Amino acid sequence: MSDSQATDFDVTAGVLAHTPLYDLHRDLDARMVGFAGYAMPVQYPSGIISEHLHTRAQAGLFDVSHMGQAILVGLEAARGLERLVPGDIVTLAPGRMRYTQLLDAEGHILDDLMVTRLDEKDGRERLFLVVNAATKAADFAHLAAELPDCALAVLEDRALLALQGPKAAEVLSRQLSPGEAGNLLALPFMSAKGLIWNDTALSISRSGYTGEDGFEISIPAAAAVLFSKKLLEEAEVRPIGLGARDSLRLEAGLCLYGHDIDRTTSPVEAGLLWSIPKRRRTQGGFCGYEQVKQVIDRGPVRQRVGFLLEGKAPAREGSDILTHEGEIIGRVTSGGFAPSLGRPIAMGYVGVPYAAPGTQVSLTARGKPLAAKIVPIPFVPHHYFRGV
Amino acid sequence: MVDTYYTKSHEYVRLHGDTGIVGITDFAQRQLGDVVFVELPEVGQSLSKGAVAATVESVKAAAEVNAPISGEVIEVNAELADKPGLVNEDPTGKGWFLKIGLTNTAELESLMDEEAYREFLQTLS
Repeated sequence: MSDSQATDFDVTAGVLAHTPLYDLHRDLDARMVGFAGYAMPVQYPSGIISEHLHTRAQAGLFDVSHMGQAILVGLEAARGLERLVPGDIVTLAPGRMRYTQLLDAEGHILDDLMVTRLDEKDGRERLFLVVNAATKAADFAHLAAELPDCALAVLEDRALLALQGPKAAEVLSRQLSPGEAGNLLALPFMSAKGLIWNDTALSISRSGYTGEDGFEISIPAAAAVLFSKKLLEEAEVRPIGLGARDSLRLEAGLCLYGHDIDRTTSPVEAGLLWSIPKRRRTQGGFCGYEQVKQVIDRGPVRQRVGFLLEGKAPAREGSDILTHEGEIIGRVTSGGFAPSLGRPIAMGYVGVPYAAPGTQVSLTARGKPLAAKIVPIPFVPHHYFRGV
Repeated sequence: MVDTYYTKSHEYVRLHGDTGIVGITDFAQRQLGDVVFVELPEVGQSLSKGAVAATVESVKAAAEVNAPISGEVIEVNAELADKPGLVNEDPTGKGWFLKIGLTNTAELESLMDEEAYREFLQTLS
């Protein structure tokens, strides 16, 4: 038996960094792999399908401490960040968060990130940023170089956990005092709050990357193991590895940086125009604006679409996408088995004339054509908590 | 007595006379994780030792299964089409892949027996 396809889960050579939860993962019998320079759990003994389905049904705990966390501080930090991203940061209210992208001068995506506005301190604006693990060093260097009027404090001593699934709110509120539990449950999707747990200051946002209701919890590294163990003691909570994190986000139709979006893709063709509000589209003032505006005005040449495969064989990243006539019209950027659907799905880019849902195509896997049709994404409906 | 031989790439072949039942070991299925699809060869196809005999797709990756010995494919496990998870549940039993009619039994000498394979696994952990 030999791996015929390289994946992100291949163990990379060299020394891997550990997250604060490394020993806990080992104690839980996780299979550890190299990912973005970190030793990370790809799965626990129950396996990816079971972890995936458990997250959709109850609650899953993910260690995402490999991701980059930083606070950007400055008199006009929001206006400054808007020079580098097309999202609306200036009007973001304290305690609210946005999904946006760092763009290069060509309007291509350097990384995608979450931005939360914190309360001002000493008259300075503060933005909490969460960026991808593989790109964090480059992102932080870019921010520091482009925003000399701001200070960037990289949070090296904090873990980042995600608790995702329909039971996430209930089990997390159980860990908190009645007052803090009330604050937690009142948080709508894409908002954040500082909460106290066991005399420890947590920064909790109602967000995630699975399509389910859930939270991301930034916690001091020293408290992360105890907090995780408390959550794992709850009957509804199981630890979930990177394997299921990937299948969950794929079903939710969410982009994975380095795969579905990268330095060759524009946010418009990636289907992320919703994250660029009208003010920014018309006024610009961000890196790559001219190019992004051009794509908006003329319409993209290609666009990201979803594929439902007809058979059981999955198509993977890199598969060609062909018309009935055998013409190559694009390439798969993410693909795999969808546990919630019990069949393979994929995402990729095709020329706009071919992008209509229902279009029949074939995807090439190991030289063989697999029948598929273009479907709307997400593949599985989102279940975000929009408020009571 | 059952004669089972192993490769360093974690395939097994279990002999019944001059027929060999081929599959992947428990170690291999653990490494792969949840199997969601198995592509099997055509019955009648001739395989030479080391050639790709099947492809296994798990949730996260694809892996090739090599023929541990040369021979002709005389049967494939049709049950895997609907129940690929049998490879995880019972890799050396119901999760077998294919049956080969052996053409060169001398090749078995290059494979590991049960004890040698167990020792080989020790060196991997």
